[in-house]
Amino acid sequence: MGVTDSLKYYWNVKVVGEPFLQWQRWQAERHPKTPSRWRTDILSPPLRIGAKTKELISRHYLEGRYANGHRPVAWVTSGGPVEILQALGFYVLYPENHGALCGVRKAVVEISGEAENAGYSTDICSYARTDIGSMLSGKTPVGRLPKPDLLLACTNICQTVLHWYRVLAKHFKVPLILIDTPFVYSEASDHALEYVKKQLENSIPISEQVAGQTLDYRRLKEIIQLSKDAAELWLEIIGRGRHHPAPISVFDQFIHMAPIVEMRGKKETVDFYAALLKELDENIDKGIGAVRNERKRLLWDNLPIWYRLRYFAEYLAEHGISVVASTYTNAWGELAPLMNKEKPLESMAKTYTYPILNQGTKYKLDTMKRMVEEFELDGVILHSDRSCKPYSIGQIDQRNKLIQEYGIPALLLEADHDDPRAYAEEQVASRLASFVEMLDN
Amino acid sequence: MKIAALGIDVGSTTVKMAGVNASGEMIWNHLEQVAPRVEKQVDSFLNKLKEEINSLAGIPLVATGYGRNLVHQAVKNVTEITCHAKGVYHQLGHGGTLVDIGGQDSKVIVIGAQGQVVDFAMNDKCAAGTGRFLENSAARMQVSIDEMGSVALSATEEVTISSTCTVFAESEIISMVAHGVAVEPILMGLHRSLIKRVVAMVRSVGLVPPLLLSGGVVKNPAIRKVIEEETKEQVFLPEHPQLMGAYGAALLALKVKQK
Repeated sequence: MGVTDSLKYYWNVKVVGEPFLQWQRWQAERHPKTPSRWRTDILSPPLRIGAKTKELISRHYLEGRYANGHRPVAWVTSGGPVEILQALGFYVLYPENHGALCGVRKAVVEISGEAENAGYSTDICSYARTDIGSMLSGKTPVGRLPKPDLLLACTNICQTVLHWYRVLAKHFKVPLILIDTPFVYSEASDHALEYVKKQLENSIPISEQVAGQTLDYRRLKEIIQLSKDAAELWLEIIGRGRHHPAPISVFDQFIHMAPIVEMRGKKETVDFYAALLKELDENIDKGIGAVRNERKRLLWDNLPIWYRLRYFAEYLAEHGISVVASTYTNAWGELAPLMNKEKPLESMAKTYTYPILNQGTKYKLDTMKRMVEEFELDGVILHSDRSCKPYSIGQIDQRNKLIQEYGIPALLLEADHDDPRAYAEEQVASRLASFVEMLDN
Repeated sequence: MKIAALGIDVGSTTVKMAGVNASGEMIWNHLEQVAPRVEKQVDSFLNKLKEEINSLAGIPLVATGYGRNLVHQAVKNVTEITCHAKGVYHQLGHGGTLVDIGGQDSKVIVIGAQGQVVDFAMNDKCAAGTGRFLENSAARMQVSIDEMGSVALSATEEVTISSTCTVFAESEIISMVAHGVAVEPILMGLHRSLIKRVVAMVRSVGLVPPLLLSGGVVKNPAIRKVIEEETKEQVFLPEHPQLMGAYGAALLALKVKQK
């Protein structure tokens, strides 16, 4: 690590960047008069915490921009066991999260085009294409991404990451840690969990070598606890959707979930979610719902359609529909009870083996059914995501079972979480409109 | 003629309008190929009707179809799913599984015992399984759309068209023609290919008998025959299959009036 790089980091991040972002947040908090870009005649004004979310995300990418040479940098998959890396002082970048940001900023077609021009098929996940395109061209809406010193891919979300991270490893010529998590059909066997734990143990010396320091187990325990605390708060936040009207919609959750994905294991993340929970409770007391005239409530399955968040939120709100629960945002909280700082590696092995995408389709169906009952929902929208095959497989059967066995109206919408070229405007609009009319039958 | 309410269905290929009396019977209708200027066309539809009945005052209009948002005279816009279900249920008097094959898309609508939409599915983003598939192929074979059903039914044998994609199917036809295959078996194969696609969609939502058909494409007799063969179900058609969207819209307009 170089002195010049560290000086650059301190100057740009600590001296200039952080105070500026803080000032920007204060301004936004004190003068919330800036009109929201989203329609506030049908949706409640944006949550106040939004200013803090913006500050946290901006700072995260600012830190990344100047991290090389000052801190070790790791790129990890969204379901990657990040706590060991956090304890070793790594700056952690989530290419999937960056991909989502590119989606929201409508930069995916251009950036993934760079990967497609290099021969990567459009059938590959749009997050992977966007990341590889960014890697090849340096294009990103966040200024600059730091180069990785270490890569960590965990197969608990899909098998694409295995090949995607091998491409990254070859390009950046850095070590790749692969954590292979056996698929859970009903319950993970002891030897499967032991196998994952061994891989976590084996990852430590490599990570230590790249970081240039030894893992402090006390620090690891603290980070596991912070991860658990934040995930528990997130679960509570999602649970507030049970109230009528729901104080938070999944479209808000999609935006405010960024810290739980990319800033787990930090005290600040815990404080952030505690503040969000407090704001929601205040809104519940005042009877403020995310949708002003909530008449119907829905569940969203699968990833968001990042480049059309506003369209969905507004179209549905116009018809008094609030989407209050999602299997996707739930996935970032539901494993919190499995974390245990007293058994760091053992509990991490379990936590990272049990994500929804590493379990059978029956588990997802049961989760949806449970959420429909608990949140008192009127229907389900299943986004069939061209990019995310593990999330989308089984959705036709799940949809039919929801309708035929449980009597829950359900709609399957074909799209892609990041690539607008796989989104047919008119067809989505007519399906959605028909579904809304059907709910009012 | 006492028209109480009107419905207009601005589809991708044709524009249909239906007028109903106070008891919901269709007493007037009109159909034209869709023009590039939908607004002007709607105006001319309404003027035509005005000439016949003198005044349109107090007659509510509900619009449906892809161009429904362009009908500024409408009191309400409703999707084709709701309108087709409404129209067919009202005309046939029972629910079931309705297959509507239109010019631009195909829909499968499960209609409940009270006429409500229970479930629906629509074709993928491409033209496979829609009227456009036959239209394109008919043009390639130099057979008119109106004749293609009867020509197909006169075939003594049938070839298999393996491409579900409209563009690839066209290439397949070209190659068959080049190999000297006659027109009739190719046309029969095309109908089979289209219907297999539609039946897959029916199976995906689950067929609740009876099987009902609507949409302009069902005027084609080969479509009816092949769909019965593929589903092993007898099909039922309303009197004016092509007008069911407009008729359903008119019935909804009548409801608006009664409120």
